[in-house]
Amino acid sequence: MTTKSTASPTPAGPFAIEAEGLVKTFGGEVRALDGVSFGVERGTVLGLLGPNGAGKTTAVRVLTTTLAPDQGRARVNGFDVVGQAQQVRESIGLAGQYAAVDENLTGRENLRMIGQLLHLSRRDAGRVADELLERFALTEAADRPSKTYSGGMRRRLDIAAALVHRPPVLFLDEPTTGLDPNSRNAVWSLIEQLVAGGTTVLLTTQYLEEADRLADRIVVVDRGTVIAEGTASELKAELGETVLDLGFADPVTAERAAAVLAGHWPGPPTAEGTLVELNVTSGPSQVMLALRVLDEAGLAPGTMTLREPSLDDVFLNLTGHRTFADEELEEAR
Amino acid sequence: MTTATNVLPEPATPVRRSKLAGAVGDALVLTERNLIGYVRIPEALFFSTVQPIMFVLLFRYVFGGAIATPGMSYVDYLMPGIFVQTVMFGAVGTSIGLAEDLHKGLIERFRSLPMASSAVLAGRTTADLVRNVFVMVLISAVGFLVGFRVHTNVLAFLAAIGLMLLFAYALSWGFSIIGLSAPNSETAQLMSFPLLFPLVFASTAFVPAATMPSWLRPFAEHQPVSVVVNAVRALTQGGPTARWVVPALLWSVGLLVVLMPLAVRRYRRAI
Ligand SMILES: Nc1ncnc2c1ncn2[C@@H]1O[C@H](COP(=O)(O)OP(=O)(O)OP(=O)(O)O)[C@@H](O)[C@H]1O
Ligand SMILES: [Mg+2]
Repeated sequence: MTTKSTASPTPAGPFAIEAEGLVKTFGGEVRALDGVSFGVERGTVLGLLGPNGAGKTTAVRVLTTTLAPDQGRARVNGFDVVGQAQQVRESIGLAGQYAAVDENLTGRENLRMIGQLLHLSRRDAGRVADELLERFALTEAADRPSKTYSGGMRRRLDIAAALVHRPPVLFLDEPTTGLDPNSRNAVWSLIEQLVAGGTTVLLTTQYLEEADRLADRIVVVDRGTVIAEGTASELKAELGETVLDLGFADPVTAERAAAVLAGHWPGPPTAEGTLVELNVTSGPSQVMLALRVLDEAGLAPGTMTLREPSLDDVFLNLTGHRTFADEELEEAR
Repeated sequence: MTTATNVLPEPATPVRRSKLAGAVGDALVLTERNLIGYVRIPEALFFSTVQPIMFVLLFRYVFGGAIATPGMSYVDYLMPGIFVQTVMFGAVGTSIGLAEDLHKGLIERFRSLPMASSAVLAGRTTADLVRNVFVMVLISAVGFLVGFRVHTNVLAFLAAIGLMLLFAYALSWGFSIIGLSAPNSETAQLMSFPLLFPLVFASTAFVPAATMPSWLRPFAEHQPVSVVVNAVRALTQGGPTARWVVPALLWSVGLLVVLMPLAVRRYRRAI
């Protein structure tokens, strides 16, 4: 599969995106990026995972040339984001965190405008717009001002606008935040089709589930630094496949249950309010053990839930704090 | 690979153009985009002319009787001031529009595209120039209705309009800097007024400078708005034109030459 684009892909290296020690500060105090390095191999998806304020958008802005880094270097499609910004721009498509479509223009006009700004002939810009509208299920709404679109339609139009020149590298900043499950699934399968066609994708997300489904590799960022990196299964193996939530009548009982379990459990159980949270690493026998121990201590739980670990669990595990970085920063000030 | 062709459009080759032709083309595409925006919300255009019309009525029929103007009727004195005030308030639209684009993430998208970095600003200011042409036609009609008369000739009148549009175009570039620096469009508008008010009202737009206190008079007589208003008066009412028209042109071109690169520089750092 050859990727056709306006910028000829450079042969150098297997990486479509390389970031080395990126630093970006705002107003001297906020270190939005504090030495971030990672690489994305051609034709793969990297999930940049992190809570609010982690620095995801800032990283995307540096890599898409809209923000200059204070320190560090980055190359996209083989081109330097500072020194060869124009070539980088020819190689990338960007769908930012907030769907950037002109609300007064119709869907068709939005896509045509992007085509013309990419110097396609009027005819080609029109044709590409029509094809994209068709493929993104927007044909029916094509001639309505985009301010009448639903969140999901707007997001699809935004991603379509990033694909007009068939960029080999695509940046998607929280592509499914605020979408209902149906629209989310539509966007997911869209991304999968793109990747199947050879596009390299960097997507940011706050959802472990999303990174899990789409990303070949995951980079977890927190407060401007990379705190973990690997495939979804590597990250989960560190954490346990499943989380067991046990609910008790009151916080005191929950504390006591956590203390009782601590001796029998590899990872420390955490009690929060009336809930005790356990990482299950070795299947049903472990769950049975927990219940038996609690029964013997006369501490039968009222509720029990088995679930996939969430981003919150990953964070708790990796950093010892939950994912409210923005509020925490706010408090610290 | 069949799935891939489902999503991506068939490839199209960009048309090769010189750098300048590309920049002009980009600016025109964005001018069109902004004009479509104005056409789709005609209310905004309509109501932006309400305020200047109120000013015409206010000064013509309420304050006008109390203001003595040597050598011409007050309505003939007033309308050049109203024209200039109107195009200047129109230039505030540039800062509001750009603040909106910035806020909605459109500027980020444009900056990630391989296009000329002057295009977004050129497209916005040009669209606002076109908008000002419409507003000028409307306000002229209102002026003629309330008794304003051109005592020179049509060509001189058109030259006066051209001069004011050029002046407003230069100011648009200045206001674009405010738009790109403001946290949102409402603030962009508020930030524009402290600049606008002294320029418009501490001028000879509505009253002769002779009635002002001595410390204010030198500023009111020589600041660019007064120079442009006086040039418009000379062009529409007669009298020595070169004395005002030449400095008015110099001011307009000078502001444009200074503000354009400053605005583009600000644009490159926006977000
Ligand atoms: N233009 C700016 N000026 C000042 N501070 C900024 C600016 N942009 C980002 N920041 C700060 O930098 C930090 C990282 O922000 P960033 O937007 O990159 O986070 P994020 O991971 O994208 O968060 P979210 O999930 O909320 O989108 C935050 O503390 C934010 O307040
Ligand atoms: Mg973000």
